[in-house]
Amino acid sequence: MLINALLQALREIRRNLMRSMLTAIGIVIGIASVIAMVNIGKGASESITKSISKLGSNTLYILPSQEHGPGSQSAFAKPFKMKDVEIIKESVFALQAVSPAESTTLTVLYKDKNYQTSIRGINNEYFTIQNWDLKSGRQFTSSELRTGLGSCIIGKTVVDTLFSQDEDPIGKKIRIQNFSCEVTGVLEAKGANTFGRDQDDIILVPLKLFQRRISGNDNIHLIMASVKENIPLEEATVQIQQLIRERRHLKPDDEENFAVRNMSSLVNTISQITSMLTIMLGAVAAISLVVGGIGIMNIMLVSVTERTREIGIRMAIGAMAQDILIQFLIEAVVLSGLGGIIGVVVGIAITVGVSIGMDITLIIDPSITVIALMFSMLIGIVFGIIPARKAANMNPIDALRYE
Amino acid sequence: MIELRSVTKTYGTADAASTVLKDIDLKIEEGEFVAIMGPSGSGKSTLLNILGTLDVPTSGTYNFFDTDIGALSKDQRSLFRRYVLGFIFQGFNLLKKTSALENVEMPLIYLGIKAKERKQRAQDALVSVGLEERMNYEPSELSGGQQQRVAIARAIVSKPQVLIADEPTGNLDTKRGQEIMEILKGFNQEGITIIMVTHEENIAAYASRVIHVLDGIIEKDEHNAH
Repeated sequence: MLINALLQALREIRRNLMRSMLTAIGIVIGIASVIAMVNIGKGASESITKSISKLGSNTLYILPSQEHGPGSQSAFAKPFKMKDVEIIKESVFALQAVSPAESTTLTVLYKDKNYQTSIRGINNEYFTIQNWDLKSGRQFTSSELRTGLGSCIIGKTVVDTLFSQDEDPIGKKIRIQNFSCEVTGVLEAKGANTFGRDQDDIILVPLKLFQRRISGNDNIHLIMASVKENIPLEEATVQIQQLIRERRHLKPDDEENFAVRNMSSLVNTISQITSMLTIMLGAVAAISLVVGGIGIMNIMLVSVTERTREIGIRMAIGAMAQDILIQFLIEAVVLSGLGGIIGVVVGIAITVGVSIGMDITLIIDPSITVIALMFSMLIGIVFGIIPARKAANMNPIDALRYE
Repeated sequence: MIELRSVTKTYGTADAASTVLKDIDLKIEEGEFVAIMGPSGSGKSTLLNILGTLDVPTSGTYNFFDTDIGALSKDQRSLFRRYVLGFIFQGFNLLKKTSALENVEMPLIYLGIKAKERKQRAQDALVSVGLEERMNYEPSELSGGQQQRVAIARAIVSKPQVLIADEPTGNLDTKRGQEIMEILKGFNQEGITIIMVTHEENIAAYASRVIHVLDGIIEKDEHNAH
């Protein structure tokens, strides 16, 4: 009986092919978008996670944070000083390199060209932390670091913007705001980071120079450190936290007024955000599934009305209410199920296309495919039941008389 | 075989009620070929629908052998029609865009008969009405007479005990009508009881018994001499 109902449903769908296709499109779009959204979301999350951990999975970021404890009405983050950097470097043996990193954005001039770029005050350990080599020139000398003489190391994008192709930037003087500095080195090109920011669009200067000429104080708002190999980040983090708590005279139950972060916590945050976005996008797509389901209900109601006489004939011949119910229900399920199958194919195609186009890790989650297919059939049942009941509850004589 | 006792059918309620059948008593024996005649509005179609269990009497009893049809539920009546009755309608009532063969197979699907046997039996039924050449034609490709023959094949394919025919020749010209009646007569001679509504004397002449209904009562019940 079920097989016959299935064959009958397929025949009925073929008989009204155009209408069936248009009806199923709602489900196709719904299922395709759910599958594409979820898979692309997962792929994007995976890509971001991968490239972040590639960036610096052993890097710690130490930054001041606001105090929220009692008695601190103002939201004030107490910055670090150079002394903190030195003591961290001396006391925390888990660390391989420690560098301050003060940043701002300024306009630089060379000859008739000017260009706005980010300026970062650092020491030489910054190159170790960032795993960044120089393409030409040299790192800062100790006297440059100590006195804050006007020297700077520039990234590829800055070189390309300020200097002509055949010009060697080494030894040239560029003007940053109100002081000039001599280019002592050029960084290897690194390209864009995960978030699309051009990492080569940078000028590195000694921290001392940054503090004297740019910030005008000795505050440090970010300390970067890389952890030695084979030492867990958490261990280094705890050591740093203990040291700074001590230096800042925090009582054991005081909240920390600084933070030690690493990329993995960033990865967690980002994957939380992306999975949230994935769920939201999936939910929006699911709404289109409901719309598709309503489309199926609509066309099934039309079909039941159109086929009233057929229902009457079937009942006269001996169909019970349940036979009619099953017939129309299966028709709705087959319609939405076919839409679901096409939707899965289209959704996977979109996923593959977008993943290749946007350079995202290609993930095709089999579970979402199965769930989507089941869901499409469930929609057939949910939205098919009302038309099917309408058909099954018909009175044979009235149905036979229907014109 | 069939026994109606004081069957009354009333439509509507209270003041607006109209009684279509009044206290009908009727017995039909196995193998009879009964024609029910009467002007429109006489109640003959209602009587046929009640005999065909498509409609239920307001009061009175309907027994099929020992079975009290009035006590059956809607689904049980469906099963009764499925196993015992066959239907032929004035407007043929074939499924559109469905081949003659598939139309004839339909009752066998509800009987749960397997595809192979189903096809064989449907083909046999179509052969028995002289449509062996047109099995794969859709109703729209068949003439009225051919469509009615498909409908007869569909009605007899489940080997029913009783054929219920509602003006089987109503949409056909005299010649085609007579052909159809010859076919029905043939099945009657094979033992199928036929109950037919008609308003044409020459069609009723094929029956062994003619019942005249007027204003909801049986006015005349006579046996034809053949």
